[in-house]
Amino acid sequence: MFRFLSGFGSYWILLGKVFSRPEKPAIYYRQTMREFISLGLRSIGIVTIISFFMGAVITLQTAYNTENPIYPTYLIGLGARDSIILEFSSTIVALILAGKVGSNIASEIGTMRVTEQIDALEIMGVNSASYLILPKVVATVVFNPFLTLISIITGILGGWIVGTSAGVITSQDYVYGIQYAFIPYYITYALIKTVIFAFIITTVSAYQGYTVEGGSLEVGRASTRAVVYSSVMILLFNVILTQLLLS
Amino acid sequence: MIRAEHITKTFGGREVLKDITAVFEPGKTNLIIGKSGSGKTVFLKCIVGLVDIDEGEIWYNDVLFSNLDFRARKEIRKEMGMLFQGSALYDSMTVEENVRFPLDMFTRMSYEEKLDRVNFCLNRVDILNSNHLTPAELSGGMKKRVAIARAIALKPRYLFCDEPNSGLDPKTAIVIDELIREITEELNMTTIVNTHDMNSVMENGEKIIFIEEGEKCWEGNKNEILKSDCRLLNEFVFANALAKQLKDTSG
Repeated sequence: MFRFLSGFGSYWILLGKVFSRPEKPAIYYRQTMREFISLGLRSIGIVTIISFFMGAVITLQTAYNTENPIYPTYLIGLGARDSIILEFSSTIVALILAGKVGSNIASEIGTMRVTEQIDALEIMGVNSASYLILPKVVATVVFNPFLTLISIITGILGGWIVGTSAGVITSQDYVYGIQYAFIPYYITYALIKTVIFAFIITTVSAYQGYTVEGGSLEVGRASTRAVVYSSVMILLFNVILTQLLLS
Repeated sequence: MIRAEHITKTFGGREVLKDITAVFEPGKTNLIIGKSGSGKTVFLKCIVGLVDIDEGEIWYNDVLFSNLDFRARKEIRKEMGMLFQGSALYDSMTVEENVRFPLDMFTRMSYEEKLDRVNFCLNRVDILNSNHLTPAELSGGMKKRVAIARAIALKPRYLFCDEPNSGLDPKTAIVIDELIREITEELNMTTIVNTHDMNSVMENGEKIIFIEEGEKCWEGNKNEILKSDCRLLNEFVFANALAKQLKDTSG
């Protein structure tokens, strides 16, 4: 319990250092652009592939589980759309990014810690926490909503292609289903969740990396902890945000 | 000048520094020597403020550094350069970017002026035509040289070196020692070097502090070290068979 509280306290102290005034905004801007590429653009591939196949599977499963003459077939499109927007593209993609981006951040910062690169920054008088973490937070918080939108579009497209190819739904029914009773607020809900999950992934993983002590073995452990803790926090906040935003 | 007064540091109930007092003079290469685990790296990290001290005071000229907060320390830190044991070059940057980094961060120089300064520093440490290499492409000795170039880019008043010769062959180690001594004299810096390399001690030891189990046991210079009657120091200095034989021969 003491360890948890101590860790929780030092996490907030670290955030205090992260969100202090940048020493040289131009350098931070350049770093942020690098992080957009490293953490954002380089995640498009995996998000697209996973979203396409998940959209396809959601459509097929909805079709096979609602095989009943009472249900109109366009409900398959509607079900796939809402599953993708409400849960898959925000929460599941965030869990996938916790694995990819979270471990990347923890191992990068952890390696810098054990090889004294962070000490070298501190010696120069650079606020290492802010210099290393703030650009990552900004990049993920700004870019991840785009990843979510890409995921929604690709997921729905995957459902359409595979659903119509497998013959479980006609193209007209699917398109009608994804337009039927559409609630635009669901997109807002998904994007709000994405922003908060992006913040959790980046700060929790950065904290794990920044506080590493020891050698390469510890960096590996920190990387694993980053993924586990980020994932648990995402699931916890998913419940909280769903209650707050949809009730 | 740097003064460390009555420095005490404890980790988990174990006292690693016990009431150490030392003065480090400008224009000189000041050495902290001692065997591995004696506390010299902790002492150096306390002096630069990377580790907080439990008791005592660290003075940089007439500024009580140990009482300053992070923001106030920044001003003095801009006057510090440090060479780390593993060089601590930034992996994601090229040689040029590594040396330019402190200039980017703390000066308003134009790109051309910064590039001139980078090239001057790299030439000073004999690194030529390597601006676009990454740290992974450099040898151990080259990494140390680049780290020295980065450390002197802002013309610091204080230079700290944590075991600058570790992992280097004897010849390269001597070159690095000479470089540190020359740069110290050129820039009239207060340089503190942590080492357990006796070649360094005999080359650079203008002022030497010997630490054993967290305590300062001896203070002097390279001429005095061989004549000392401090038993612990003698055990350290004459640890190898050749040195023992020489001491016995010379009486």
